[in-house]
Amino acid sequence: MLSFLFKRRAFQGGVHPEDRKQATSHLPIQTLPLPERLYVPVQQHIGAAAQPRVQTGQKVLKGEMIATGSGPVSAAVHAPTSGTVVAVEPHPAPHPSGLPVQTIVIEPDGDDRWVDEPEPEHALNLEPEVIAQRVAEAGVVGMGGATFPAAIKLNLGSRHTIDTLVINGSECEPYLTCDDRLMRERTQEVIDGVRIMRHALGARHTLIVLEDNKPEALAALQEHLYEMDHLEAISVPTRYPMGSEKHMIKAVTGREIPAGKLGADIGVIVHNVGTAYAVHRAVRMRRPLVSRIVTVGGGAVQRPANLQVPLGTRVEELLAYCGGTRETPARLLMGGPMMGQIMPHAQVPVVKGTNGVIALTAAEINIDDPMPCIRCGRCVAACPCGLMPLEMASRIRSEDMDGAAAYGLMDCVACGSCSYVCPSHIPLVQYFQHAKGVLADRREQQRRQEELKELAQQRRARQEAEAKAKAEAAARKKAEREAKKRAQQAKAKEKPAPAKDNEKAEA
Amino acid sequence: MTTTTPVSGPHTHAPGGVTTQMGWVILALLPATAFGVYLFGWPALNLLLITVLAAIAFEVISLRIAKRPVTPFLMDGSALLTGLLLALTLPPWAPWWIAVLGAGFAIVVGKHVFGGLGQNLFNPAMLARVALLVSFPLEMTTWVTPQPMFAEGSPGFIEGLAITFGLAAIPDAMTGATVLGETQTGFSRDLGLSETLPGVYDPMQQALGFIPASMGEGSALLLLAGGLVLMARRIISWEIPVAMLGTLAGLATIFMLIDPERFAGPGLHLISGGAMLAAFFIATDPVTSPSTMRGRLIFGAGCGLLIYVIRTWGGYPEGIAFAIILMNGLAPLIDHYLRPRTYGRTRGGKPLEPKASAPAAPVTEKRP
Repeated sequence: MLSFLFKRRAFQGGVHPEDRKQATSHLPIQTLPLPERLYVPVQQHIGAAAQPRVQTGQKVLKGEMIATGSGPVSAAVHAPTSGTVVAVEPHPAPHPSGLPVQTIVIEPDGDDRWVDEPEPEHALNLEPEVIAQRVAEAGVVGMGGATFPAAIKLNLGSRHTIDTLVINGSECEPYLTCDDRLMRERTQEVIDGVRIMRHALGARHTLIVLEDNKPEALAALQEHLYEMDHLEAISVPTRYPMGSEKHMIKAVTGREIPAGKLGADIGVIVHNVGTAYAVHRAVRMRRPLVSRIVTVGGGAVQRPANLQVPLGTRVEELLAYCGGTRETPARLLMGGPMMGQIMPHAQVPVVKGTNGVIALTAAEINIDDPMPCIRCGRCVAACPCGLMPLEMASRIRSEDMDGAAAYGLMDCVACGSCSYVCPSHIPLVQYFQHAKGVLADRREQQRRQEELKELAQQRRARQEAEAKAKAEAAARKKAEREAKKRAQQAKAKEKPAPAKDNEKAEA
Repeated sequence: MTTTTPVSGPHTHAPGGVTTQMGWVILALLPATAFGVYLFGWPALNLLLITVLAAIAFEVISLRIAKRPVTPFLMDGSALLTGLLLALTLPPWAPWWIAVLGAGFAIVVGKHVFGGLGQNLFNPAMLARVALLVSFPLEMTTWVTPQPMFAEGSPGFIEGLAITFGLAAIPDAMTGATVLGETQTGFSRDLGLSETLPGVYDPMQQALGFIPASMGEGSALLLLAGGLVLMARRIISWEIPVAMLGTLAGLATIFMLIDPERFAGPGLHLISGGAMLAAFFIATDPVTSPSTMRGRLIFGAGCGLLIYVIRTWGGYPEGIAFAIILMNGLAPLIDHYLRPRTYGRTRGGKPLEPKASAPAAPVTEKRP
């Protein structure tokens, strides 16, 4: 009972959800057969949507770029297999709203033929910029679920001094085992990807970090690493949210990212193991990102599995391959149960950030009607960011968004530890998301108002200038007219007018 | 798929809830309660039942008036727990109206006037106890020596009813004083501890509970056991009991070393006057204690300090209820000033200075 006095904690707070990984952690990655149609959205990443480059009826080969990234933060999209484009039209996205996004629908021809057969690249001889460019061309994004374009984070080495590259293999969400299997089965490929990333960033130390509930993956990695390489695989205590960038950095380097800064500002970059594998494919094998590993799990799934899935496969195909569902799932999630998103239905496609398709039973979600807060402070103890969720929530309840912000709302990473432990079942994260939305709206409104004000000011200045110009012009004309008149009068009287006095009066 | 609210995660939840927590607290109190009932016989059982039932009745009435759903709020067990805690702090042979008034004050004024569960500033049971002590000092300080149920000479069921409903007076021979009361009376007659304590204080009897006391405070050992169970199950946090009992024992030790005739030792302070009951079951009330770890340490230490001060220099021999009420009032202030440090920020809330990372030349790996 006194262990809390002696244990040095990796980071403050955090929770220990039941990890429920046993159902799939022993299952090798299976390849999902090609479905009849693939629905490839052009927006599978954070940033601007890619621009489709194909038309209906066009034949495409596997790996062909079918949409190009647009703008500084974007990612290209490639054909997951060979076949025919049958439509470029809006389809529901894997998002709780189920709102449609532009989607390229491909009917596979069954050949699964690659667009080219490149030789493996001597990746470590490439310049860092070239590596980042190759990664960008391959459409690689953060594979842990954040889906931030990976090339941007690989390019940071030129502007910051990166001393530590952290490869996140913690997989702290319950149920998910796709990274675990990847590290066990494709160990060398992952390590190669890590080396390429380290080279691109110029990092001195590299750590592959796993939670201590994955001893097999750790052993597999360590077998392929050697000393003096400054590349280590280490395990950290299993505690959610270990996979959060901020908390992983704190756990392995002891450093904290100052508020409002990035990991690169303190010399640390975090990439996911799945991203390392994708970088190996992109740079070494010159293959774009066209498939990913997905854990299909949850109590409602008949036969949970780890599947290699072509991007754009609909979720229902994955569930069908796993024997369907035992019962109607109470929640169908993309991602893990802590931070995953509800899917509106199973007709949404697997995208680059889909690490899991989790169908949960009512017993697993253990939902209950919210009761009043009893101020027990469990949320405070659980918060890995050192916030007081109960105080923020009570302010948001009374619409005091600024009060909530003063309690650190913007430092919240929405990990859900507070809601998870709340004995009153208060949906705290829901509150915080709502408040963040309101504050963002307010900022946007304020920005627009300021813009309007500036425009109005400019208009007024312009009008004043115009009026002044008009007045001057009018005065000039008047002077000219009068001068003419005077000249005529002078002519008529044939004697000089007292011009001097007149001019004075006019002036 | 119809369940789309709430849409944000987490989509799973730790087992247990408010009801489970309250259930565990009640369960942990049961041994001490049962022992108290055994020790003080039928009148004690009557008082316990009346207090608890009255608390539940007032809760139902209050919920009805507030137009809140009765079942879910009643099922959380908080009213039951308040009634139980109040009963445990009353003199076991107190009349029925003390129980009803106390329960009513606790539930209506102590809880629902503030807005119900989670909104009250003061611990309802302690507030009621203080109100009763100030209003009815005679009834609230009439202690009886233990009259175990079914023992020779102790009141039977009918006699018990008569005592509870005020139809029969408590025989003088059965009344006694608590050890803290005795020492204070002793001081007023210029008697030192070495003269007052023998005969009224035997550490063993005191710890086991065979003493004149309120129904639940008697058995310090059973309360300690229950409290440790709650701590081990993380129902209550360790900070408040440790800080409170630690401060109380520390102060008692220091002053005892200064003048053992005037100041009682830590042992007496810890096992008398309901210190255990308060430390594990009352001060740890989540609603009325701070929500941060450092806050709880200060809160606990404050309770310990005030208890010692009131017992030693105050007008009442008994200080726990007052101490807890006073610290309850400070809890919001403690929460306001002792916030935890936010990740990436200083305690003052400013962003941390970026640590200059070692600016060594980047090593470029050249290997085919």
